[in-house]
Amino acid sequence: MSDTITAEDPLSGEEIELPADVEVGEIIDSPATGAELEVVSLDPVTLEEAPELEEDWGE
Amino acid sequence: MHVGLLYSRIRRDEKLLLNELRDRGHEVTKIDVRKEQFDLTEPPESFDGLDVVVDRCLATSRSIYITRFLQSYGIPVVNSHETADICADKAKNSLALADAGVPTPNTKVAFTVDSAMEIVEEFGYPCVLKPVVGSWGRLMAKIDSESAAEAILEHKSTLGNYEHKVFYIQEFVEKPGRDIRVLATDGEPVAAMVRSSDHWLTNAAKGASVEEFELDDRAKELVRQASDAVGGGLLGVDLMEAGDDYTVHEVNHTVEFKALNDAVETDVPATVVDWLEAKVDGEQSLAEVSA
Repeated sequence: MSDTITAEDPLSGEEIELPADVEVGEIIDSPATGAELEVVSLDPVTLEEAPELEEDWGE
Repeated sequence: MHVGLLYSRIRRDEKLLLNELRDRGHEVTKIDVRKEQFDLTEPPESFDGLDVVVDRCLATSRSIYITRFLQSYGIPVVNSHETADICADKAKNSLALADAGVPTPNTKVAFTVDSAMEIVEEFGYPCVLKPVVGSWGRLMAKIDSESAAEAILEHKSTLGNYEHKVFYIQEFVEKPGRDIRVLATDGEPVAAMVRSSDHWLTNAAKGASVEEFELDDRAKELVRQASDAVGGGLLGVDLMEAGDDYTVHEVNHTVEFKALNDAVETDVPATVVDWLEAKVDGEQSLAEVSA
């Protein structure tokens, strides 16, 4: 069984590899553009550009 | 147990917690706060049957309101609304530490540029200006001169939202190029690390290097006191070495721990889940006794 899956980078249109255990809501760094992407659905895995950092985000 | 995990982003910290909970056979419901609506009396369906909710909201504003709603619904939440409310605001955080007698850097708050300038002149240069809400070292200013102070205060009062007009000014602590982050559960240290940097900001998010740190008895005592001061919970307590003692500069309530987990021997998510299990068991036993 493969440890990676592929999905389309919404910014570049390239197919990128992701860990097979990604889940909805997870943030990944696109290996194609370096941008932060959010997993918005599984089966098939769909990615969107992650929300911009907001001022009250943090610990 | 059935755990609800409130999130807006699943980072590596949340993933570590989720994996640990699932590996132990706990039922986990992920709740994306962006999709929820909160009624005054009835909790949203996503919260049905939960034994505890773990608040991992990135946005402080969401965290403060949701924890309050959950407490109103009678749903146990970690951390509590009271803890979130104190930790989310640097002025409340400093007050809680000072009220509890925990050593914390000398801090003053003012609401006008003129009053803020008087504080800056009193503290001398350098001193530090911080936003009352914010994290990861963002928008922090080390003020080295009168002209810098005037410029920063003018920018904040002109460009910032109302929170930036609450001027939180702190003495500059000469720390040895590092500070200490302690992850604690109800005051009990889970693990600690030092964050070192040539920059005056030593946040891991700012690229500081991290290394495991062994706490002495005094540091452990201060971690317990600082945790109690803000109402306890799963917390990140930040200390600086100051002379022969420590000073606690803040306590964080939606603490990140991926950098800590990488730096220390302790299995951080496992220890956090141990604590969560004990907390839920304790609350359920208490409920049975009083039933």
